[in-house]
Amino acid sequence: MSKPVLEVRGAHKRFGAVEALKGVGFVAYRGEVLALLGDNGAGKSTLIKCVSGVHGLDEGDILIDGEKVLIRTPAAARGAGIETVYQDLALFDNLTPAENFYCGRELSFPRWLPRGLRLLASRQMNSEAAAVIERLKVKLPRFDAQVALMSGGQRQAIAVARAAVFARKVVILDEPTAALGLRESRKVLNLIAQLRDEGNAVILITHNMEHVVELADRAVVLRQGQKVGEIEKPNRSNQQDLVAMIVGAE
Amino acid sequence: MEAKFLGGSPSVPQGVEREHATGLSVALKILGAGPVIILIVLVVILTLSVPNFFTPRNISNILAQIAVIAVVALGQHLVILTRGIDLSVGANLALATVLGALMFRVTDNAFIVMGTMLFAGAAVGAVNGLVYVYGRLPHPFIITLAMLSIARGLALELSIGHTTMRGMPETITTLGGGASFGVPNSFFAVVSVAALIFVIARYVVWGRWIYAVGGQPDAARRMGIPVNQVIVSTYLISGLCCGVGAILLSGRTEAGSPLYGNLLELDTIAAVIIGGASFLGGRGHLGHALVGAVMIGVIRNALNLLNVNLYFQLIAIGVIIVLAVESDVLRNHLESRMRVKQAGALG
Repeated sequence: MSKPVLEVRGAHKRFGAVEALKGVGFVAYRGEVLALLGDNGAGKSTLIKCVSGVHGLDEGDILIDGEKVLIRTPAAARGAGIETVYQDLALFDNLTPAENFYCGRELSFPRWLPRGLRLLASRQMNSEAAAVIERLKVKLPRFDAQVALMSGGQRQAIAVARAAVFARKVVILDEPTAALGLRESRKVLNLIAQLRDEGNAVILITHNMEHVVELADRAVVLRQGQKVGEIEKPNRSNQQDLVAMIVGAE
Repeated sequence: MEAKFLGGSPSVPQGVEREHATGLSVALKILGAGPVIILIVLVVILTLSVPNFFTPRNISNILAQIAVIAVVALGQHLVILTRGIDLSVGANLALATVLGALMFRVTDNAFIVMGTMLFAGAAVGAVNGLVYVYGRLPHPFIITLAMLSIARGLALELSIGHTTMRGMPETITTLGGGASFGVPNSFFAVVSVAALIFVIARYVVWGRWIYAVGGQPDAARRMGIPVNQVIVSTYLISGLCCGVGAILLSGRTEAGSPLYGNLLELDTIAAVIIGGASFLGGRGHLGHALVGAVMIGVIRNALNLLNVNLYFQLIAIGVIIVLAVESDVLRNHLESRMRVKQAGALG
């Protein structure tokens, strides 16, 4: 098998007296969907937040393409090629989709000025955002309207598309379909497949076993801050094993 | 159903749905233009009912009177965009005029006096922002309310009992009290500040960040925006606007005074909200603050022309603020209902 694009080794994270991660490790490869499973409080979110730079690891390493990287801030994670679609989407309701895409890393000029003082390259951002929207076949009511105007599915699609704009190596999606209806979930799953086909390692956190069976190439199960199992090619026959691992009833 | 975004796209499937949605967007636009329409109606009514209202002289008067409110409201608007509030603007302005007047006793160099007022305003604003952000205060009204008291006290202390400190350099009196082509110079000053803030808000990365922080502070942090610095900068700019207001007011009156800017916080907050910006953060543009300032100026002026006494004017302004905020609530409610419909019609 090819070299992993992302590897986490011996991840420890402690919040006061609570040990949220007790030495978790996993790998993710380009062009595959890795499902990260576990019951509430298993440590999935903490692990993901450490990889995406919201928290820093107490111990352990994160490797991108075999090289150790220090990820202490969301900006560092994005710099390393890791994009995250947060469960709350982290969208700006008062901005348009294109403004949302580039928020915090606006295309701007001239380069010799400090970033905050540069002028916005709005036309370029709009056209590039429009291209991504078209490539991903996302349907939006209006491209120049505030995101507040959009439905839950459209907002989710915008958040995923934002990750797609910048995704170079790893895309993490935290419960992307939790708040969506059937039809809207379907569209988001298609987007995830597309991100995978474009050569990203996709890490999917979900409680929906149907989606795991359909999309995931591998599944890693966490329980009480530890990795308790890994299954290749989750399918209908080993689905029961996965559930057993999640709830801890082998 | 491979349609892309439908607005203006050639691949719109159903014409009917589109027309429906266009109707809604027009309705949304009218709602958005509400304050301007109200202002126009107000001016028409006052022109018809108040003698001497719509005369060049009185219009020029109104422009001179609202200059201070308008320029300070521009800064207040940026603060309100980030879900904050600056209650210290009136006291900040008074302190700046006192410091300017004191500096005038040392030197009659207009630029040094102006620089003193601008620096004093910006410094007070910066302290507001820094204490709010890095002191981890739960809400900016705490520090800015405290600053209202501190700056006013400082202004009174420094003026050693003088309620007016006469004298300002000529450049400042010309700027604050003079006129060019029949238009008050202070009007041009307000337009310049507004243009500058407009460019920052619309075309500069930092301005986009101000909107982002107002819209969703947590997300802004996760997107790598320097949220703390952005918030501090809005208070600093608000303070700087107080400094500009101090120059205009002390220029018009040819004096500094620790009593200036009384209730200016109320006027400017009212201007921003009446104009159609929202306390919800990240919504509104600076036109709102200017329209609101003009509206307050027009109402004040009309009450003056009608010889309504000052106490009643206070009551009237208070009532108008409540009505304005209530209409903001109503407008947001209507807008969100229409938006849901619009999203449905097109999605």
